[in-house]
Order: sequence, then C-alpha cells, then structure tokens
Amino acid sequence: MSVNATPAGADVSADAEHGTGRHAAVPGQRARRRGKTPLSENRKAERRLGWLLCAPAALVMVLVTAYPIAYSVWLSLQRFDLRFPDEREFIGLENYVTVLTNDFWWTAFGVTMLITVVTVAVELVLGMGLALVMHRTLVGRGIVRTAALIPYGIVTVVAAFSWRYAWTPGTGYLANLFSDGAPLTERASSLAIIMLAEIWKTTPFMALLLMAGLALVPEDLLKAASTDGATAWQRFTKVVLPVMKPAILVALLFRTLDAFRVFDNIFVLTAGGNETSSVSMLAYNNLIRGLNLGIGSTMSVLIFLTVAIVAFVFVKLFGTAAPGSDDGERR
Amino acid sequence: MADIVLDKLSKRFPDGTTAVRDIDLEIADGEFVILVGPSGCGKSTTLNMIAGLEDISSGELRIDGQRVNDKAPRDRDIAMVFQSYALYPNMTVRENMAFPLRLAKMDKQTIDAKVEEAAKVLELTPLLDRKPANLSGGQRQRVAMGRAIVRQPKAFLMDEPLSNLDAKLRVQMRTVVSRLQKQLGTTTVYVTHDQTEAMTLGDRVVIMRGGAIQQVGPPQELYDHPRNLFVAGFIGSPSMNFLHAAVEDGKLRTALGDVPIGERIRRQLDAADAPRELILGVRPEHFEDAELVDDDTRRRGMEFTAPVDIVESMGSDKYVYFTIEGQRASAAELEELAADAGADFSGGGAGLVTRLSAESSVREGEGRRVWFNLEKIHLFDPTTGHNLTLHEGRSGGALAD
Amino acid sequence: MAVETTTRAKLRWGLLDVVVVVFALVPVLWIASLSFKTPATLTDGRFWPREWTLDNYRSIFATDQFVRALVNSIGIALIATGIAVVLGAMAAYAISRLDFPGKRVLVGVSLLIAMFPQVSLVSPLFEIERQLGLFDTWPGLILPYITFALPLAIYTLSAFFKQIPWDLEKAAKMDGATQAQAFRRVIAPLAAPGLFTTAILVFIFCWNDFLFAITLTSTERARTVPVALSFFTGESQFEDPTGAICAAAVVITIPIILFVLFFQRRIVSGLTSGAVKG
Repeated sequence: MSVNATPAGADVSADAEHGTGRHAAVPGQRARRRGKTPLSENRKAERRLGWLLCAPAALVMVLVTAYPIAYSVWLSLQRFDLRFPDEREFIGLENYVTVLTNDFWWTAFGVTMLITVVTVAVELVLGMGLALVMHRTLVGRGIVRTAALIPYGIVTVVAAFSWRYAWTPGTGYLANLFSDGAPLTERASSLAIIMLAEIWKTTPFMALLLMAGLALVPEDLLKAASTDGATAWQRFTKVVLPVMKPAILVALLFRTLDAFRVFDNIFVLTAGGNETSSVSMLAYNNLIRGLNLGIGSTMSVLIFLTVAIVAFVFVKLFGTAAPGSDDGERR
Repeated sequence: MADIVLDKLSKRFPDGTTAVRDIDLEIADGEFVILVGPSGCGKSTTLNMIAGLEDISSGELRIDGQRVNDKAPRDRDIAMVFQSYALYPNMTVRENMAFPLRLAKMDKQTIDAKVEEAAKVLELTPLLDRKPANLSGGQRQRVAMGRAIVRQPKAFLMDEPLSNLDAKLRVQMRTVVSRLQKQLGTTTVYVTHDQTEAMTLGDRVVIMRGGAIQQVGPPQELYDHPRNLFVAGFIGSPSMNFLHAAVEDGKLRTALGDVPIGERIRRQLDAADAPRELILGVRPEHFEDAELVDDDTRRRGMEFTAPVDIVESMGSDKYVYFTIEGQRASAAELEELAADAGADFSGGGAGLVTRLSAESSVREGEGRRVWFNLEKIHLFDPTTGHNLTLHEGRSGGALAD
Repeated sequence: MAVETTTRAKLRWGLLDVVVVVFALVPVLWIASLSFKTPATLTDGRFWPREWTLDNYRSIFATDQFVRALVNSIGIALIATGIAVVLGAMAAYAISRLDFPGKRVLVGVSLLIAMFPQVSLVSPLFEIERQLGLFDTWPGLILPYITFALPLAIYTLSAFFKQIPWDLEKAAKMDGATQAQAFRRVIAPLAAPGLFTTAILVFIFCWNDFLFAITLTSTERARTVPVALSFFTGESQFEDPTGAICAAAVVITIPIILFVLFFQRRIVSGLTSGAVKG
C-alpha cells in the first residue's frame, strides 16, 4: 500500500496545522459549541442514571428536612415566645440584631470556637496516630481496632456522666488523683474536661475514617518510595497524605461540623455553668427550655451559617479532593 | 471481524479544547493499524471514541458499515487492552478472563473451554487461580490480553499496552502481540508513543499531531518518504539530523558544505517565492566513513570533515557523534518534538548523529572525513514543514530532476 | 511496605497497642466498675469496686422495659444503617463517577442538611410525624436517622469511589458490563473498606442518638435505649439510678462491640493492588 493509496484526507497538510489548526475555533464555532451541543445517547443515558441513583437519597433528605428547616428560618424572623403567644409577629431581622448584640451569645460563641479548634486539631493528630496503629499493628489487630472504637460507640450521655463522676470530688478517681478543688466548678478546668471528654469520645471517629483512607494507599507506591530511599516521614507526607486527602477532608469536615454543635457533653458536665455554654446549648435553652422559639431559631440559623462558612473554606482548601468536583481524570 | 471507518471524527471537550479534529481513516478488516504521536496528540482520545468510552463530538464512526456513534461500548463488540491493564483485583486470573463471557451469559462449560484455550495461547495456564496482585508486570499484561481475546471480538483496541514493561520484556511482548494478531486476524488499532513499536508492529501507521493526522502509510513508506518535518523527525531512531540550509546561487549552503540541488527542486524554489532558508534532513544511516566508500557510491553523495565527539560501538555498526559549526535549524515542529523527547533536539550547531559501518576505524577526538548520500536527503520548508523533495509522494533526494 | 515480623517490631507494636487500649478503655472500665458497685460504695472515689454486686444488672432486666428498648434500638439502627448505606452508595457512585447536572447541588444540599442544628429541627419534625401517624413508630425514627446519616455516608463513600482507578470501570464497560454491573461486580467489592466504615459510623450514630429518640417516641413501641436510660430511676424515688444506668451502658455497648468486631475485618488494605500497572 502506498501513501497515495491511503484514504482521502489522511494527510492534513502542515498548513492547516499552523494557520487555522491550533486555534481552529472561530468565534461562530465556539458559540455553537458552548451553547447547545446536542447530547449523544450515551450522555443522556449517563444523566438519567445519575439522576436515578441520586433520587432516593435526595428525596429522603429533602422530604424529611425541607419543612423543618424552612420552618426554623421562618420562625427566626418572628417574635415568638411561647410564654407570650399573643405577641407573635413578623419582625424581620430584629431577632438577629438581638442575638448578635448579646454578650451571652458571644461568650458562648467564643467557647464553642475554642472547643472546636482545640478538639479538632488534637483529634486530627491523635486520630492519625490511632489510625496508623489500627492499620499497621502486627499484634491483635481486631482487638485493638475494636477497643479503639468503643469510646465512639458509648452513648454520649452515659460517657459524659462517667466523666462527671470521675471528676466529682469524693466520688471520682480522677478528682482524688489530681486536685483538691472541684475542677468542674471552675471555668478553665471545666473547659479542659469538656474538651478531654470530647476528644476521648470522638477521636475514634476521626481514626476510623482515616484508617479507611489508609487502606487505599497502594502498597506498591510505598515500596517504590522506600526503595527510592524515602524516610518513613517522607513516605508519610509524600505518598500517604496525598492519597488520603479525600478521606482527611471528610473526617475533618464532619468532625468540625459536629464539634461546633457540641452539646451533650457540656449539658451533662457543667450544664453550661461558669460561662461554659456552647451556642447549641443557648439555642436549646431558648427552644426547649425557655420556649422562645424566635430567638432559639435565630441562633440555630446563625450556627448553621457559621458552620456553612467553615465547611465552604474546607471544601475550597481541599479543591479537587472534594466530592463532586471535576478532577479532570476522566479524559 | 470488521472494518472500522472514521469519517470526519472530532472531539471537543466541554472546556472548549479540541482534542481531535476531523479525522478520516479507513481501517480494513484484519488490518493492524498503529496510532502514534507525542503525548497530547489525540491518539488516545481517538481510540476512546472508537471504543465508545468517549463521546464523538461530530463526524461518524462506522464499524462493519454500521453507524455506532451512539452505541454503548458493550454493544460495539470491541475489546480493549489498557495501558494500566485494569485487571479486576478482586478476581482471579480465570475470573478476570471469564468476566466478559459471564456478562455475555455464556454457559459455564463454554466459558471454561474458552478461558483454558486463551490461557494456553498466552501461557497463563499455571497462573489461572492467582490474583493479579501476585503476578509480575509481564504476566498482568498477558492476562489483560487474554481478557481481550477470549471473547473473539470484532476488533482489538490497545492503549499503549506495553509501555509499563521494562525494555527487554517490551521487545518480547511486541512479538507476542504481533504473532497473536496475525494468528487471530482480528482488526486491531494500537496506540503508542513509541515509534519503534509503531515501526515494527503495524501494517499501517497513522502519525498524529495536535489532534490531526500528519501522514498514514506502511512504516517503511513513512520512513523513506515523510511528508513533513514532523513525521521525518518523529519516525526513526536515532532521529533524523536537521541542519539549517540557505539557498544561494542554486546551491544550499550548509554546515556540511555546499549541497547541490537538482533541476526539479530548483524550479520549484524559483517558481514560488520560496523561502531562502530551508531545513536539510539527513538520517544517521545515510552517512558513511569516507574511507569505506567505493568510487561508484562516492559519486552519489558528497564529503565533509568534522571533529569526532563520541563513538558508540553497537557491534553491528557504530554511532558516531560529530561536532559541527553552523546555525541551528529551527521550526515549530522541531521544538515540539524536542519537548516530547524531553531533551534538546539535535539541531544544527549542536551535533550530528551518524551511523557508520563497524569496520570504520574512527576514534574520538580526531577529525574524520565523512560521506553522505545526496539521494537520500530531505529538504523542508521551515514555515510549513512540507518536504520539498517529495514528488508524487516519493522522495528523490536533493538531486532529483 | 515490607511487613517486618521481627520480635522487636512486634514488641513495638504491642506497646503501642497497649497505649491505645488503655487510652480507650480506662473510662469504659470506670463505667463498668460503677455498674458493679453497691449503692453504698458508689461514691467512694475508688476505681475498682470494694464490694461487687450484680444488683444493678438484675434491676435493669427486672422489667421488660429495657429489653424492649434494646430490641427497638437494634432493629431501628440496623434497618437505618442498611438503607442509608445503600442509598448513600448509589448517590456517591453517581457523584464520583457520572457527569450530570445537579450533582454539585446535591453535594451542597446534603452538606447543608448535615450542618443544620438538629435541636431546631425536632419540634417541626414532631408536628409532621404526628400528622402522618409516624410518631412513636420505627419508621418515624428510621427516616430521620437515614436523613442525617446520608450526608456523611455520601461524603465518605464518594471519597472511596474516587480512589478506584477509572480504567477498571472502562475495562468493565468494554467487557460488556452495564453501568449497574460494573458497579456491583467491580466497584462495590473494591470500595468495601468504605462501605463498612460507613456502616460502622452510621450504626453508631443511630445507636447513640438521644435527641430524635426522646422527641419522636413516647412509649415502648419505638423508644430506644438512650431514652430508656433517661427514664431509669432507682428502685425507690430516693435511690440513685447511677448504678443501673452504668449497667445498662455496659449492656448496650456489647452490640456495638459485636458490630465493630464483625465489620472491622473488612477494612483492609490492598484490595485495589494489582489492578493497574506492573
């Protein structure tokens, strides 16, 4: 077969390559492409399947939460105190002004922030260590994994009670061990104990997610890295961490969301005394105890907004590791 | 078995980039066609469009005369071998190979028989019950091949199937692939960036660049008669030497001396407002130690003297690198090739690669007289990249009338 | 990584294991210890009981109140976990592998749902469930559990599906698999660590929930263990229920241990090794 006998057009001259080739998209073409490229059958089928697979989850989530969330937002725009039901009226953003100019709110906000930052940071480090131990240990892996996960499995309220008992002077082993005062009646020590309880309870959550991420790190890659002379630390930072990025994001994100809404532990340990209230406690006190639905809902929406901002920052920071982002791998 | 026709096939990505532009190609039944080009030239995208893994933006794809643009991969009856092998790690070799047959709902006996047969052909029988993790690279590669051949599809698509193997194994597997394809007589489209694979494997080679086909033809054809600078530079190892050449008084002034040009090319240069600057291309094997050339041959070429830089003795012949003065040949194609090779491309001024016969007594450091064949040289227009020595698709060297 | 099996390596890991186990279990043992103490010695401030008693355990099993709650908890948590993992896996697969409009919206919305303080959602939910007759039923708890577990499930699983080589799916497609077959036979088995991790997390979430359970139930029909605990009083009004609560806490930790023991085996590495490259 000679070159001449090859099918028509097989030779695209270098002219086309240089002149119009590289930048073949004349404006008209580009517009058409951007606009409505007719979808191929495959594309359509892919869309349909995508929607079909997501529909049940989306439906359940929306059906259960749409009304309650909308209702909360609606309540936050009203004066609505169950003790004075007659005074219920639409007041726009007035509740927000009330809350945001309130010292209690800002104290609670500071406490919540402190707890969130400290616990999540400590948990990330501890969780990573714990994950490595659970993943790599040679002895009694099943027992270690299960034991390490038990704290997360213990009902929060019970766990909190056990901590309160432990720190109560006279009844608890820890209180007798460490101090002569009553740690749960002082602000600094109370906060420390709250954070300790949080960390003890939720580090396993972090560790479990991270361990599952570790399971995805290809052994070949580690082998290759260690034959290349990488130290253990280099292997960890250069090989393990990048692969684990999506898992770290999920762990960090959901832990932060949870930590910011810390409630049970504080409720049991100090009941919010000595300015240890979190924002969720304030919201609870207004909604359930104080029955000031307007103010309580406003606080809920504010908590939600804060958490949303944090989540947004996380997702941005992690870029393509976030679910649903296009990583360009498909091509 | 089937023929595959690509009719003005294009691929545009949502972000506006065009990966493949208006490709026309007819692949005959049973033919072994290689798509080759530097990374990003659109060869893999083209393969994926044939496979159905990538949507076709415009144009038509016909298999056996039928339009298959909108058919899912599974309805095209095509098998594919991936660069990464893509073996199912949770299945044994046997299960991996049986997977397509099980999906086709064949009965168990038939499946077993077919798997055993394919395993025998590829010498995988003792490995059938292993998991991919316990196989070597070469074995995995063979399993991937086995999974493709086991269901006797209309065509094979191979996406750089050998590029993850070490050099020795690659050569070995190359012959396996070649023999297998001949045995089965199945239409095969094979993508590679390795020009050696392209030269040795295919019935026909398609050279791509920037989403467009540069030239299609049997390997030798492309080697002897490259249409343009890109093809000339891409095919051949070590690659063609490119030197700057200025047209002066009906001659070409080059670092190798003044090269005479034939009547036809002169007419061509005179007629158009052809550039005064050209690129001279000479393949390494068209040089020879002047001492070893007989008179008859000597007349067909010319000689020059240059200092010897490095001598690499290959046993069968010698690669000799010369240092030569002069301007560097420059063109977009050459830069692209250099970038793809990941190194500086041997243009003018840097060095000349020659392949001299083993008898040559050339030594490093000395100045040596070298002859080269004028009938085999190529002249390229640096702006368009066209091969000016090409006449009706054939190259006749600089002296051609 | 080359597995070192030298004695020293074993010793080192053993030591680390001990640290982990102590860190995790001392507070648990404290609860267990409280559950074995007699009312008189409950507040003696010692770690180990001076007098051992099983009275606390006898008291919680004295009525069928606790047992009923245990059955409710196990049933509700298992069903919710099963459904949430299946729905979550479907959605996560679509999100990580398919291209369709509305994908980002779904991811965003699910995250928003996970972020909204649940305290403010329980009252409206209570109203709805009363209207629909779901109040104080199993589905009445299962639905919100699925809802609030789904965001975590979707995120965790997406992260896992993302890590599975694309080529495997392409290969399955070329081998003649439909998208569903590719998922079921190739992707799901490889994402097993993610699936089981998610299952453990969701199960624990359902098991531990107090807020929804106390708001959306009123009788033994659907009351779960954490709520039942809060209804514990001592045998007389003046008796401290701490011992009983701790005994119950110990009892309800057992299913968690069994669940985790069973599933943690599946969280192993190397499932995808050998899939790609040499």
